[in-house]
Amino acid sequence: MANAVSVPATKEMRMQEALREALRSEMARDERVFVMGEDVGLFGGAYGVTKGFVQEFGEQRVLDTPISESAIVGLAVGSAINGMRPVVEIQFADLLPLAMDQLASHGARYHYMTGGRVNVPMVIRTKFATRAGGGPSHSSCNHGAFIHFPGLKIAMPTTPADAKGMMLSAIRDPNPVLFFESHYLYGVRGPVPDGDYTVPIGKAVVRRPGKDLTIVTCGGMVLKADAAAEQLQAKGIDIEIVDLRSLAPLDKETILTSVAKTKRALVLDEGPLIGGLSAELAALIQENLFSDLKGPVVRIAAQPIPPPHSPPLVDAMIPDVDQVVDAVMRMAEGGKLS
Amino acid sequence: MLDTAKRKAMLRQMVLLRAFEEKLEELYQRKAMFGSTHSYRGQEAIAVGVCSALQSSDLIASYHRGTGHLIAKGADLYTLLCECMGRAEGYSKGRGGKMHMGDMAFGFIGNTGTVGGTVPTATGAALSAKVRGSKEVVISFFGDGAANQGVVHEAMNMAGLWKLPVIYVCENNQYAMTVSLEKSTAVKQYSVRGAAYGFEGKTIDGNDVEAVYEETARAAAKGRSGDGPTFLECMTYRWDGHFGGDPGTAYRTKEEIESWKQKCPIKRLKEKLIAEGHLSESEFQKTSDEVYADLAAIAERAEAAPLPKKEVDLTSIYAPLEVSHG
Ligand SMILES: Cc1ncc(C[n+]2csc(CCOP(=O)(O)OP(=O)(O)O)c2C)c(N)n1
Ligand SMILES: [Mg+2]
Repeated sequence: MANAVSVPATKEMRMQEALREALRSEMARDERVFVMGEDVGLFGGAYGVTKGFVQEFGEQRVLDTPISESAIVGLAVGSAINGMRPVVEIQFADLLPLAMDQLASHGARYHYMTGGRVNVPMVIRTKFATRAGGGPSHSSCNHGAFIHFPGLKIAMPTTPADAKGMMLSAIRDPNPVLFFESHYLYGVRGPVPDGDYTVPIGKAVVRRPGKDLTIVTCGGMVLKADAAAEQLQAKGIDIEIVDLRSLAPLDKETILTSVAKTKRALVLDEGPLIGGLSAELAALIQENLFSDLKGPVVRIAAQPIPPPHSPPLVDAMIPDVDQVVDAVMRMAEGGKLS
Repeated sequence: MLDTAKRKAMLRQMVLLRAFEEKLEELYQRKAMFGSTHSYRGQEAIAVGVCSALQSSDLIASYHRGTGHLIAKGADLYTLLCECMGRAEGYSKGRGGKMHMGDMAFGFIGNTGTVGGTVPTATGAALSAKVRGSKEVVISFFGDGAANQGVVHEAMNMAGLWKLPVIYVCENNQYAMTVSLEKSTAVKQYSVRGAAYGFEGKTIDGNDVEAVYEETARAAAKGRSGDGPTFLECMTYRWDGHFGGDPGTAYRTKEEIESWKQKCPIKRLKEKLIAEGHLSESEFQKTSDEVYADLAAIAERAEAAPLPKKEVDLTSIYAPLEVSHG
């Protein structure tokens, strides 16, 4: 019977469902895993990721918490150190700064500062995106701020399949993993393989192969990069898209291999332009490939203003597809790449 | 004691606060406002009772469920509605939306969508009042959920230590989003927290606008005379869901919601005034109709107002050097 080549079965689903599948199977497999956060119980989390968990696993393993982000993360650190595998939900990235000390100065540092005697295997999930109606306290893209803290791993999956595989990796990782989920990607459906598989943290992926120019990007911006690449294809420009998937550790090899091939790089980030991820990427590329490059690395990122509320102000702040197309056309000197 | 005119004014204000939330709900339903609503229906007696007991030089700091506080403190309805709808003429020029505003011109320090975020800010304003020797009193409005933020505890400790003229008005509507009180704290009433920081804590009926007024007036007098903060826990209930689109019934029973609607703060004062012979049903109806009609006209104007231009104004990030505060 078992002689046919087995193609893993897949199901179409949204990112929330893929995350739910990963978390649920890992809670069933490993009793050290528990979830904690505001409204994760009865309500199933602010975005439905933990829907049904309290009924299935009970209140001991699905903890609704008071509104106390600093202590939630702090307790996650402590419970991780003492044998558990907490998966915390912080409702949106703007709230991470409330827990910054516990996350960045404690959780991220234990392993190194204790000479490897104390480990913090925890996952902090959060949603992010700059979007109209959110405003200054509800739509920050502050992921770039966290790359400053060695010891912290940072995941940012783009597809539902990666979300599942990376969540399983994150929970099994002996280090703190900050897991960014884009609001824009929650709505996108995609095939997700059945069963247990992992997608490593620290490994980027070439989302779209091309030969003329590399766009290095992550999160919701992958969608915009792809839309721009489609338009550019029609103009005869062949774009390669590197989706980082992880911001820490950064997969330098995949980035540099791509740019070494295309010799032109555009970095696209939803976070602020100044002092952020895009600056790090541009520096990385220029330090390593300066003599191969046919032009300077170009950055497109959010304008350095607090995230506003009204739609036209938001549109002016965050990168859009036209901006990417225009920038590539300029880099290509009137559309001619050689 | 409150005279009849004052009580009638408070009744009218409560009707306005309710009308405002109903207007926002309507705008939200037809996508004329951006972001979510956070209805204040059911809690009107707190904003109105507190703000009616203040002097115009007193200050308030608010939170996400804040439209009622602003109106009760004297916000301009057109400018406020413009902000709710992201218009250029809004309080924050469309940058903040209804959760992110501030205007010292009417004693409004600010509000935020970060739960608990303005409690230390209010406390700092009270520190300023004390240091400058002004007679200002500062109100810090926050929810029961916010009471569990670390920074709230840190601020209250300092307020107790330095006897600051601040009143912590905790609007205990018994839920923080979907999480009930029992799942948030081991204490029965948040007012016991006052004792932990060396000042008075008291739980009152937050649906009784007269009681809220009296307690605020007393606490304000205390603050003004240098006797420090007060923690006023006002028991209440939000009639609607947490935000627009939440029916509010997944984590609360219909019976519970209904029983609290029976304790409507507007109905309560209205019936009392009628029983005392100071008000008739038709007079109330006339007032109410006026309030709704006036608001509808203002909302129509606000909706017709332009959105901001699609541009990034980098000069708007810092205050220009010639501007001074204070
Ligand atoms: C610091 C922070 N944590 C979580 C949230 C998400 N959130 C928004 S409102 C809310 C509940 C607030 O409850 P409460 O303070 O009781 O105020 P209420 O909404 O009941 O008026 C939560 C959890 C937030 N905005 N800020
Ligand atoms: Mg509440």
